[in-house]
Amino acid sequence: MSPKATAIPRQPMREQPPLERIGNFEEVPLGYTEEQARVEAGRCLQCKKPKCIEGCPVAVDIPGFVALVHEGKFAEAARKIKETNVLPAVCGRVCPQETQCEELCVLGKKGESAAIGRLERFAADWERTQGLVERPRTAPPTGRRVAIIGSGPAGLTCAADLARLGHDVTVFEALHEMGGVLVYGIPEFRLPKKILREEIDALRDMGVKLETSAVIGKLATIDELVHEDGFDAVFVGTGAGLPHFMEIPGENLLGVYSANEFLTRANLMRAYSFGEAADTPIARGKRVMVVGGGNVAMDSARTARRLGAEKVVLAYRRSRDEMPARAEEIHHAEEEGIEFHLLTVPVELRGDEMGRVSSAVMQKMELGEPDDSGRRRPVPVEGSEYEEPIDVAIIAIGAGANPLISSTTAGLETNRRGYIVSDPETGATSIPGVYAGGDIVTGSATVIEAMGAGRRAAAAIHQHLMEVRRSTEARAEV
Amino acid sequence: MNEIIAKEEIAPDTYRYQIYHPRIAQKRKAGQFVIVRTHDGGERVPLTIVGSDLTAGTVTLIFQAVGHSTRELAQLGVGDRLLDLAGPLGQATHIENYGRACVIGGGYGTAPVLPIAAALGDAGNDLIGIIGARTKELVILEQELGDICSRLEVATDDGSYGHPGFVTDVLQALLDEGEPIAFVLAVGPSPMMRAVANLTKQRAIRTMVSLNPLMVDGTGMCGGCRVEVGGETKFACVDGPEFDGHQVNFDLLMKRQGTYKPEEQEAAAHGPHCRIGLDAAR
Ligand SMILES: Cc1cc2nc3c(=O)[nH]c(=O)nc-3n(C[C@H](O)[C@H](O)[C@H](O)COP(=O)(O)OP(=O)(O)OC[C@H]3O[C@@H](n4cnc5c(N)ncnc54)[C@H](O)[C@@H]3O)c2cc1C
Ligand SMILES: Cc1cc2nc3c(=O)[nH]c(=O)nc-3n(C[C@H](O)[C@H](O)[C@H](O)COP(=O)(O)OP(=O)(O)OC[C@H]3O[C@@H](n4cnc5c(N)ncnc54)[C@H](O)[C@@H]3O)c2cc1C
Ligand code: SF4
Ligand code: SF4
Ligand code: FES
Repeated sequence: MSPKATAIPRQPMREQPPLERIGNFEEVPLGYTEEQARVEAGRCLQCKKPKCIEGCPVAVDIPGFVALVHEGKFAEAARKIKETNVLPAVCGRVCPQETQCEELCVLGKKGESAAIGRLERFAADWERTQGLVERPRTAPPTGRRVAIIGSGPAGLTCAADLARLGHDVTVFEALHEMGGVLVYGIPEFRLPKKILREEIDALRDMGVKLETSAVIGKLATIDELVHEDGFDAVFVGTGAGLPHFMEIPGENLLGVYSANEFLTRANLMRAYSFGEAADTPIARGKRVMVVGGGNVAMDSARTARRLGAEKVVLAYRRSRDEMPARAEEIHHAEEEGIEFHLLTVPVELRGDEMGRVSSAVMQKMELGEPDDSGRRRPVPVEGSEYEEPIDVAIIAIGAGANPLISSTTAGLETNRRGYIVSDPETGATSIPGVYAGGDIVTGSATVIEAMGAGRRAAAAIHQHLMEVRRSTEARAEV
Repeated sequence: MNEIIAKEEIAPDTYRYQIYHPRIAQKRKAGQFVIVRTHDGGERVPLTIVGSDLTAGTVTLIFQAVGHSTRELAQLGVGDRLLDLAGPLGQATHIENYGRACVIGGGYGTAPVLPIAAALGDAGNDLIGIIGARTKELVILEQELGDICSRLEVATDDGSYGHPGFVTDVLQALLDEGEPIAFVLAVGPSPMMRAVANLTKQRAIRTMVSLNPLMVDGTGMCGGCRVEVGGETKFACVDGPEFDGHQVNFDLLMKRQGTYKPEEQEAAAHGPHCRIGLDAAR
């Protein structure tokens, strides 16, 4: 261990100042300079047994790429990451590093962990902006066709891996843009859509066919994809897209949105071209309440702020320590003046004579005994109600499994919450040749976990297709 | 794909398009709809699939240019392509032989009635049709429905054609005459559907209505289309769009349909390219 390395502080990343950024939708963190990146990379101890890798769901060779950054071999660093993670520019920005790779970094024991996510983002951005991205080589065509349903991180990763192995891949996406939550959910100021578009263009370059506005289950069932369209295997990566509501009085009032609707209107329907013609309206509240404590809640609150809200209240039923959002987003939200009402839930929404939401009745909670998840259960405090005047409410308390696929696919096993049951190692479902992964299997999780699932399924699909081929060839020889 | 093969103005500001999309043409069932987008930055507009032609591989859409997005759609012509066409969405109509059934269409709601009437007819129902419009020139699909129904009545609000008054007046008269109607399907403006449902409720006649709340994705992802039916919240795009008319909370539906009225009006007042939600984003 070099004592010098630990003496260097973790390099901060430049950001747009809060007062400036709430007036635009541009990205908040501005990334490292080359110098900063090299300095930060120099902090890494190049551990012989790197703990950090254990925290990464796709096992990026962290010391390997960090060493390359330190040496100034930035494009090589990006390629090193891409050996296991096809979307480093995305993951560097949105992974909850503090509970994944960076949590286990040994530097974090005594001081601050290496800024793995920021370095990952730096390397990927550098390679891209310098125009050094290489088109991945694809194996000779195998003649096998795979249908990928859903274009979120799970589907895109699975498609990329299979295309590289020479399979003929078609991605079917229900919406008019590819990218899943990365395009309709996560806002521009956190993940510029340009980055995603370039990743998707790369897929197209590899020969992957992309079909938008293709709602599988409606336009064609999985059975039809296999038996009529001749797909040899199917991967289902349809995400957790069914918004939950609180089931409290007044939730159908005007101005009450699910986070999915609010963010879809703001992101997808304004499709990167902020300020240019976009025809989908959104209620611009002056006083907005967001319910929830995850990334989705932070994104909604910060979007509402940028749409002109003077006051944004974020109500979360537990305490700050339990908030599932990325630490950086909580910090950014606070900087942007989002008011956190912790240990608080709305119990009723009230409206005016036009049916528009006008206030929320809020109730304080206190933490009681631990529940099944081991977290202390919030219990209402009698008589603690107060009324908060609002004109928009955004419900960001989670999402469930969309039944479009399961309800139209006979024999596809789901669990009691409607998620598809699949083998964690291979993604295999109860139907041979049909695989699944990402949020539609695990429930709402993370981008990198969805990618990991897509990747494992791609490996299993490849093996399955090659076995099928061998057995048909063997039969042909007889 | 998505090419407009034929366009016809069937009434003032009301258009019939035949659009090339063989797969939707083949898969669609009565009661289902599509979502269209005309250009980048455009809204996702839900429209009922009125029919399809399997040989030509086309679906038929009929719409009225009532606001910004439907007017943009009306600007297109033969040979143009819709930027996006997603479907068939929603649940297909439950079809059975009720014996004598009555189908009611109000205004451009008459268009969604046509495919359902055809399916009910195919299932052996004896159909009575009632179509209504504000005035004579807005009556649509009289011929097409006339071919399917054994009896077709027309009502106009201003009395310029057919019975003067509302479709409910005609329905009331039929019921008073003792027509043994076992099932009613009504599509049109919400107040009309509510009036029909109120009338049939007294006589306990099973009544389905097709709701048209505002929608975004149309796949069950956003919940923007939620409606209240029998005290429960449903997502019209995946659970509907048809529901039991006696259970629907029409008050809520009408309020929610008006969510963006102030924004739409303000935008219209500022000219075609100032759309709300944008100035804030700058
Ligand atoms: C607002 C928000 C912020 C988030 N922030 C973070 C973050 O900072 N960090 C992080 O790691 N994770 C974050 N997440 C979670 C993360 O985005 C998800 O875990 C991840 O996107 C799941 O990927 P997926 O591929 O399984 O599905 P999704 O990304 O949900 O994609 C599924 C796709 O399938 C399509 N689809 C669905 N049904 C059909 C059908 N029948 N036919 C065709 N297509 C269909 C959908 O339209 C969608 O495009 C966030 C989620 C949200 C909503
Ligand atoms: C499942 C479904 C099927 C539909 N089928 C048809 C169809 O076959 N033909 C057809 O012409 N229209 C149909 N509609 C209605 C059509 O989608 C709307 O007219 C259209 O979205 C209006 O968009 P706009 O921008 O042109 O008008 P806007 O500027 O958005 O609205 C103009 C006026 O129409 C009202 N309005 C907007 N949307 C709706 C709506 N969904 N229902 C009632 N009033 C509305 C507004 O409040 C406003 O007063 C259907 C809607 C749904 C949900
Ligand atoms: S992919 Fe995510 S978890 Fe893995 S190293 Fe990169 S930032 Fe860390
Ligand atoms: S654990 Fe930390 S210090 Fe060790 S290799 Fe990983 S990033 Fe470097
Ligand atoms: S339109 Fe989004 S859920 Fe129905």
